[in-house]
Amino acid sequence: MDTIPTPRPKTVEAREKVVILFAGDSGDGIQLTGSQFTESNALFGNDVSTFPNYPAEIRAPQGTLAGVSGYQLHFGSVDVFTPGDVCDVLVVMNSAALKANLAKLKHGGTIIANSDGFDTKNLRLAGYPDEENPLTDGSLDNYVLHSVDVTKLTRNALEGTTLGMKEKDRSKNMFVLGFINWMYSRSLDRTKKFIEEKFGKKPELLDANLKVLQAGYNYGDTSETFTTRYEVKPAPMPKGNYRNITGNQGIAIGLIAAAQKAGLELFYGSYPITPASDILHELSRNKHFGVKTFQAEDEIAAICSAIGASYGGALGVTASSGPGIALKGEALGLAFMLELPLVVVNVQRGGPSTGLPTKTEQADLWQAVHGRNGEAPIPVIAASSPTDCFEMVYEAVKLAVEHMTPVILLSDGYIANGAEPWRFPEAKDLRPITPPFAKPRMSDEESVTSSEVEKEPFLPYARDENGVRPWAIPGMKGLQHRIGGIEKEDKTGNISYDPQNHELMVKLRAEKVQRIADTYRPIRLDSGPKNGELLIVGWGSTYGAIRTAALELQKEGHSVAHVHLRHMFPFNKGLRGMLKRYEKVLVPEMNSGQLRQLMRAEYLVDAQGLNKVQGMPFTSEEIRVAALNLLRS
Amino acid sequence: MSIASTSAIPAQGRNDKPDYSSDQQVRWCPGCGDYSILKQVESVLAQHGRPKEEIVFISGIGCSSRFPYYLDTYGMHSIHGRAPAIASGMRSVQPNLSVWMITGDGDSLSIGGNHLIHLLRRNVDLNVLLFNNEIYGLTKGQYSPTSPEGAISKSTPMGSTDHPFNPLALCLGADATFIARGMDRDPKHLREMLQRTDAHRGTSMLEIYQNCNVFNDGAFETFTEKATKAAHTIFVEHDKPLLFANGTKGIKLDGMTPGIVDLASGEASMDDLWIHDERDSFKASILVRLFDDPREKDALPRPFGVFYVNDRHTHETKMNAQVALAKQKKGNGDLDALLRGENVWTIG
Repeated sequence: MDTIPTPRPKTVEAREKVVILFAGDSGDGIQLTGSQFTESNALFGNDVSTFPNYPAEIRAPQGTLAGVSGYQLHFGSVDVFTPGDVCDVLVVMNSAALKANLAKLKHGGTIIANSDGFDTKNLRLAGYPDEENPLTDGSLDNYVLHSVDVTKLTRNALEGTTLGMKEKDRSKNMFVLGFINWMYSRSLDRTKKFIEEKFGKKPELLDANLKVLQAGYNYGDTSETFTTRYEVKPAPMPKGNYRNITGNQGIAIGLIAAAQKAGLELFYGSYPITPASDILHELSRNKHFGVKTFQAEDEIAAICSAIGASYGGALGVTASSGPGIALKGEALGLAFMLELPLVVVNVQRGGPSTGLPTKTEQADLWQAVHGRNGEAPIPVIAASSPTDCFEMVYEAVKLAVEHMTPVILLSDGYIANGAEPWRFPEAKDLRPITPPFAKPRMSDEESVTSSEVEKEPFLPYARDENGVRPWAIPGMKGLQHRIGGIEKEDKTGNISYDPQNHELMVKLRAEKVQRIADTYRPIRLDSGPKNGELLIVGWGSTYGAIRTAALELQKEGHSVAHVHLRHMFPFNKGLRGMLKRYEKVLVPEMNSGQLRQLMRAEYLVDAQGLNKVQGMPFTSEEIRVAALNLLRS
Repeated sequence: MSIASTSAIPAQGRNDKPDYSSDQQVRWCPGCGDYSILKQVESVLAQHGRPKEEIVFISGIGCSSRFPYYLDTYGMHSIHGRAPAIASGMRSVQPNLSVWMITGDGDSLSIGGNHLIHLLRRNVDLNVLLFNNEIYGLTKGQYSPTSPEGAISKSTPMGSTDHPFNPLALCLGADATFIARGMDRDPKHLREMLQRTDAHRGTSMLEIYQNCNVFNDGAFETFTEKATKAAHTIFVEHDKPLLFANGTKGIKLDGMTPGIVDLASGEASMDDLWIHDERDSFKASILVRLFDDPREKDALPRPFGVFYVNDRHTHETKMNAQVALAKQKKGNGDLDALLRGENVWTIG
């Protein structure tokens, strides 16, 4: 007979989708726990969407509300477009994490609380009145509360090891990760492999983390408190090979892919800034692709070094966030004036000024479209999801190189750090990118034998049918020429102050950028009827929330369609006609109405705004309610 | 002394080498020191004989920064102060061209000061020609970061209250690997300095005293005019004693302190003099401090020549070496492997 007490058999319940929020101190390893569990679910075949949300301070005062870091994950056996409006499960490592996030938990939701984080000191730091402990005072009776002493159980698991108490406590997140994997019937294999890679060189830590991970898993099995496990079956996603990807990874990979397809060296000049720095980190790990990364002395040098690299025949790229883009403004004008390829990525954050560095916002659209002196129209495109970051940065490179112009790509903190499954392409299927190189000539000495055409002076600002000038790179024979930020004569590029010439050049540069719209694919609805009562026009990272809301409204029988713009300037030519086919237009934005204003100016359309400027993404419910209100008005 | 007298000096080898002038009319003020510098640069390019397409001039904003338009090479006239950053990016992807950066005291010591010091510490392989005229010329006569205290200008009618930069001391402080000084009015010496500047691998910083005859005429006349030049300048050469005033005076180092000694009176002999060593960074830091106002009594003479040379690795050699090493370790990047990542699942 078995001498070990057999755990009570557990029931397994199926769930279509689950929203789980991990929260704790910013030093608790919450981001790691969240991203590892995401990866396990994605590999299992669930659709996933994530929302990491953390304070700007690296280690804000422990135990306080200011220091709470969160990682929200939505995974399902059905399509998932957002990290979820409300949570099913809230995992909190201390009382501050509970206090900061309880409002996000649905009624009847599950709380898993580390009881050690609810001692007198932590309760006081979180601002609970003396003698009140939510874990014991009944205030959480509307939820399913599991109070687990994670700290103690972690220490127990590591009894007998030589690690100090502090080091032991650092593995607490592994206990949680192990337990959650048990709760959702996931295997620990992938997480174990990750830990082995991370701690391979430190056997003691490797051993400790594996032990605690397993202890967390076993706790689920043996504890009497937990009677039910859940199962979320794989989502019915299109056939293909998938991986998980964040927006910033998508940008880094997309840049390398585009540079390779264009046959150009990739030069990335950048200055560290939240939330764009991960692009620099990712690119600097990929030098074997010939990538050159340059951590410049400031934002201005970052863009200027990229301009210099493009002048030298490479693909010059820089990225930043709003405050850094402000500093790059003058150089953007130079790149526009020189007509050299340049990609500028703005991973937007809350502004103005330093604003909310780790929070998300879409308030730099006007900056991108208008933020330069003089007449300097620059194409502006926007990514709508983590995987779309790959697509759109590829598009940015293609437009920049083939049209000899700087291009601004707008991303934001929400999709930059958020992850989702990506059905990645094969290199051979990526669209070609063709740089308009000038043809080198014979040198002066050899020119006796060269053709008549070659004896004509080289014209660096002569244009092809798309208004694009040739790209002559230093080192190319016979094409020496001078370029600059000062107004230039048509075709020759020599300095010119002639009034007629200036107006001509302003027009030629603007026309070139306008013609880019001819290369766009036709505009397409994301969902809904081709004409009807309401069109919701979105752009950027609001995609998932708008899509979810639009699909629900359509299911409810409302005449609502959704279009999501990728080209912010110049607009897709089909947008004008599309807007006319609906009675009302709603533009949800995480700003005070910047796209709405641009559309009103361009199309004289009475577009209504739904505006949220809280540093937080929309919930789909907010959009659904606003749409309903507009339909009823 | 007029500019005409400098043009009498023939450019060596000019006739049998390509002409580096562009078809553009030079538009500096008549009598500007820039003409002399342009002429000597063309002369040095011709002497070197490098193909025109392999030469790039990058400038910022200011009178001096129009320079690239006047040469039939590749060139970029960029924005104020940013030429070091643009040139750094350019050099990173073009390791084999000859890259020159043209700048002025406002361009690189004021608005572009940050870029200049970082250029120098990185040691990007460029030839920097810093035209110092101690004034803002293109904006018509405001004082610059090299204008002396008390300088009367349009923006300082009661005299400048700002202490000026000592440009070469600043550059040495930023760990420059080559610093030298020349002047527009001594074309022969300037040409020699340009040759040395071109020959050095790394950021070569050549400060050129350049007369702005419109807004700051005669700023350097004590050093350039025949009557005062000998007594107030010292032309340093590697391994040679610091001699000036036609060989009648020299500089002696008393510990760390330089002082003038009289050779004619027998007060000191040649053996007592400071022997210039271009490779000695400690002595270079003293040499750049010979920066007295020549109007002051017992002012030390102002040095010209190559102050300091160091063969530290250049920025782009290390950058390229890392790329090569990464390729050697991981193999040439495989795009499909990058797209695939490490954790793939298949839905069939």
